[in-house]
Amino acid sequence: MPEPYVIDREQTKPIVNTCHADIITLKDVAFSYQSQQVIDKLSFSVQQRDFVGLIGSNGAGKTTLLRMIVGLLKPASGSISLFGTPASQFKDWHRIGYVPQKNSFNPLFPATVREVIMSGLYGRNKLFRRLTKADQIKADEAMHAMNIEDLALKKIGQLSGGQQQRVFLARALINNPELLILDEPTVGIDTETQAGFFHLIKHMHQHHRMTFLMVSHDMDMIQGYLGDKPARECGKLKFYVRHSHDLEDCGETNISHSLKNLRQVLEREKEGVTSWTS
Amino acid sequence: MDILTSEFFQRALIGGLLIGVTAPLLGLFLVLRRLSMIGDTLAHVSIAGVALGFLIGVYPIAVGLVFALAASFAIEKLRKAYKTYAELSIAIIMSGGVALASFLFTLGKGFNMTVTSYMFGSIYTLNNTDLIVIGVVTVVVLVLIRLHVKELFLLTFDEEAAAVNGLPVRYYNLMMSVLTALVISASIKIVGALLVSALLTIPAACSLVAARSFRQSVFTVVLVAEVAVIAGLLIAGVWNLAPGGTIVLLLIAILLLLLVGRVRFRISG
Repeated sequence: MPEPYVIDREQTKPIVNTCHADIITLKDVAFSYQSQQVIDKLSFSVQQRDFVGLIGSNGAGKTTLLRMIVGLLKPASGSISLFGTPASQFKDWHRIGYVPQKNSFNPLFPATVREVIMSGLYGRNKLFRRLTKADQIKADEAMHAMNIEDLALKKIGQLSGGQQQRVFLARALINNPELLILDEPTVGIDTETQAGFFHLIKHMHQHHRMTFLMVSHDMDMIQGYLGDKPARECGKLKFYVRHSHDLEDCGETNISHSLKNLRQVLEREKEGVTSWTS
Repeated sequence: MDILTSEFFQRALIGGLLIGVTAPLLGLFLVLRRLSMIGDTLAHVSIAGVALGFLIGVYPIAVGLVFALAASFAIEKLRKAYKTYAELSIAIIMSGGVALASFLFTLGKGFNMTVTSYMFGSIYTLNNTDLIVIGVVTVVVLVLIRLHVKELFLLTFDEEAAAVNGLPVRYYNLMMSVLTALVISASIKIVGALLVSALLTIPAACSLVAARSFRQSVFTVVLVAEVAVIAGLLIAGVWNLAPGGTIVLLLIAILLLLLVGRVRFRISG
């Protein structure tokens, strides 16, 4: 495994290389709840094919930052851009996949795995439209990739933590997103399943044209992959970054394989499979 | 049995059948979003509106609707002010509504009896205007829910994911507030303000026990509510009982049967 290298994200030079296009740009972002300043003067950019780990103690503003990035909160000052477009005007939400915290839903909620996965498709361009055969096939492929076809008709609340995680990952991947945002995806899940999940995420980072922003409190896991030194610190927030060039060079997209093959590749690798097949 | 063929009973049946579709459908979304108490609150506030309507001589259900709308916006505002104690806003608005209603009762002494009929429901006094209002509300609710059912599902299941998918979350929340106010003001004359929330929440409680998917739960709530409404009206008509109360007791009986059935199923399975 090549040494992770740290990139200085504080300098904002004009970007020439298309491979390093900005996916998320934060400029002097500030936010406060009532009188309490949570985030102040935060400038940071997530570039294409970065894996960014965001670490911070409770109350450091991780969730606040995430909610601002996805447009649920507005920054008090400063600006946020997604794929080069100001967040307030951003429309291409299908380019972003989102994996929530495991306990963000009620376990009694009457929804099947399939219904949850299909909901990844329900965005602006599906308004007033019925679901098509092609949509059903997308769901089948996402379930196949995550090895959860057998669970399709189970209620989401009946699954184990690891299975639920894969369901939410499948939902996030159904649109073939370019940016995957994960909000503490490993909370409340046993270490073995966590390792399998992280292996899967790492694989996608190394072999797919995908950018990652993961909020976590698990220092070991983050540092193991992203290095010991945060690329940027702001207040109590720490950003760890690793850029991936492992498989493809800039401009070549055909190497990245589709969702369909993900499972085969993973099974071939056999690494971390014990927890994967649990 | 003559009652079953009488005109007022048939009007009651039509009104009941219509509300039996809309109230539980909306209630399902409210219950799943942990807003079970909102129905009660809006109903109590609309009673104040009904009282005001009688006082100033305007169609009471319309004034009740305006009050319910205002209350649902006030709840949203208060929910933001007391973020972590969101249910506090519901308690404040509910007592405010009852206080205002009792205040208005004392202003216009003559109509106390009529207002009471809105408290416990008076399905046999539905007139044609009431039926038209209920019919329009039903069509509006059914069309909007049919058009947006998948988006509402996502919004209810995971609001953040809905936002990341680019759905206009705030407009959907607004739409649900307006629809809830509409349904409640339309149904208080049928089951009464004190019992409206039963029609919103108990079918949803049944579906949480019985349904295996969201799709199934949508059908379950309507089926449960319609069975209770039809059977309740027939029983109440034949034995001369309070229709609103009978419907609610039947809903609770269905829920108990389902719960007992599930326990037995668990033991045998």
